[in-house]
Amino acid sequence: MRIISLAMIERFFITIGEYFIFLRKVFSKPDKWSIFFKKLVFEMDTMGIGSMLIVSIVSIAMGSVITTQTAMQIESSWIPTWTVGFVSRTSIVMELCPTIISLLLVGNLGSRITAEIGSMRVTEQIDALEVMGIHPASYLVLPKVIASLIVNPVLIIFSIFFALLGGYVTVILTGMVSMYDFLDGLTYCFRVYDIVYAVVKTFIFAFVMSSVASFYGYKIEGGALELGKASTQGIVVSSFIILILNVLVTQIML
Amino acid sequence: MIEVKQVSKFFGDRQVLFDINTTFEEGKVNLIIGRSGSGKTVLMKCLVGLFAPEEGVVLYNERDFHHMNEPEQHKLRAEMGMVFQGSALFDSMTIEENVMFPLDMFTNMSNEEKHERVDFCLHRVDLDDVNRLYPAELSGGMKKRAAIARAIACNPKYLFCDEPNSGLDPKTSLVIDNLIYDITHEFGITTIVNTHDLNSVITIGETISFIYEGHLEWFGDKDGVLVSDNQKLNDFIYAQPLTQRIRKSL
Ligand SMILES: Nc1ncnc2c1ncn2[C@@H]1O[C@H](COP(=O)(O)OP(=O)(O)OP(=O)(O)O)[C@@H](O)[C@H]1O
Ligand SMILES: [Mg+2]
Repeated sequence: MRIISLAMIERFFITIGEYFIFLRKVFSKPDKWSIFFKKLVFEMDTMGIGSMLIVSIVSIAMGSVITTQTAMQIESSWIPTWTVGFVSRTSIVMELCPTIISLLLVGNLGSRITAEIGSMRVTEQIDALEVMGIHPASYLVLPKVIASLIVNPVLIIFSIFFALLGGYVTVILTGMVSMYDFLDGLTYCFRVYDIVYAVVKTFIFAFVMSSVASFYGYKIEGGALELGKASTQGIVVSSFIILILNVLVTQIML
Repeated sequence: MIEVKQVSKFFGDRQVLFDINTTFEEGKVNLIIGRSGSGKTVLMKCLVGLFAPEEGVVLYNERDFHHMNEPEQHKLRAEMGMVFQGSALFDSMTIEENVMFPLDMFTNMSNEEKHERVDFCLHRVDLDDVNRLYPAELSGGMKKRAAIARAIACNPKYLFCDEPNSGLDPKTSLVIDNLIYDITHEFGITTIVNTHDLNSVITIGETISFIYEGHLEWFGDKDGVLVSDNQKLNDFIYAQPLTQRIRKSL
């Protein structure tokens, strides 16, 4: 049995082609700017506020765990104890927050986007827009993409803050290393570039998340049954692309 | 006037419309009738450009819709209103916002004017006091009527209704028929209605195109439809005991 058939490869390239055609439709001029900004603000509000709680809880937990694990690995007496703070900070800022939280947002925001756009497709609301003479891709999707490009980086900054806080609180509560050594490590050799790197990564991931999620919702054919399938596909595909891009971006930027 | 010339539509290898030729006249209610699955919705979607026919043309006042450039198409579409078979109201918006939506997008009316227009349209379809409700909170018939209100909000030149009264009780169904008839004549709209409701056929059908399995089988009006000698049309019209009884007394 062949695992990869010719038809699958063909399907793969067709989907990529469709995706880029879709993107071109999304990035056409909005029919009316005032409506676009209204929708943008609305999307930023629902996306941002809606994810704040889960992002902060996950970040605190993540910060706590990574700090504990780092502290446990460093037992040898000739490694200075501030390394705990330093290593935790570096992993949190550069990898864990941008990537893990982006993946979390794929599950949270991405699936919602697919469901929303997909159900509009299934119930012919997208057709209704089209008949009215509105560009549905640009009207529905552009505000979501732009909103996620703004909101996700902000969420990541928050998440970094909460993760570091989580680590700090853990250190205070458990006394694994002294609080001062930990703080020393956190601030040691701090580079603004690390934050830039994290934000750039998030920015790219946000684009992948929102556009792929919208794409899978937009191209649904058939009934409500397809909706669940599309949302799963959207999540799997965007997570996959995000993890691959993560490797590339890391190679390019570091 | 909308002319359909030699339109054929395929889905993959399956042909669902075969060489359709018909005309929809200005200022009149034009019906497309036929059994379920005969291709009415597909034909209507070809008219409004949601489907592109593989063969043939759709002419709006002699201009070929499917071969216009984008801006022209969009300009023409701004003059269309459509009521979908499933209403297709935006479910994230209230009824008022739904009806106001085309006004927001295409006019520069002040807020006050827009509200006035929305109230007028909703009142015209007998829907008062539902402005703040969401589509999910309305009954099927109310949704249909709200969809009609949205479709006429921008004073369309062309109104398309896909089975506006399917699934409604006879009385509400009549109200909707009369409404469609009245607004068509009040505003000089070119109205196209898909239906298999016989009552609509004999009360509002100023032109009638009968589709049978994707073919245009018969063309005429409400006076001719009951007395034609087309076998397939008669099978369709006189399918039910009620109409068979009427036929005997004709
Ligand atoms: N998107 C589509 N893809 C493939 N086949 C389709 C599609 N839409 C409609 N069809 C087929 O075209 C034929 C005509 O369907 P259509 O929806 O036009 O029927 P209809 O006359 O509107 O019926 P009803 O009165 O039940 O609404 C059907 O056989 C249907 O299976
Ligand atoms: Mg139909």
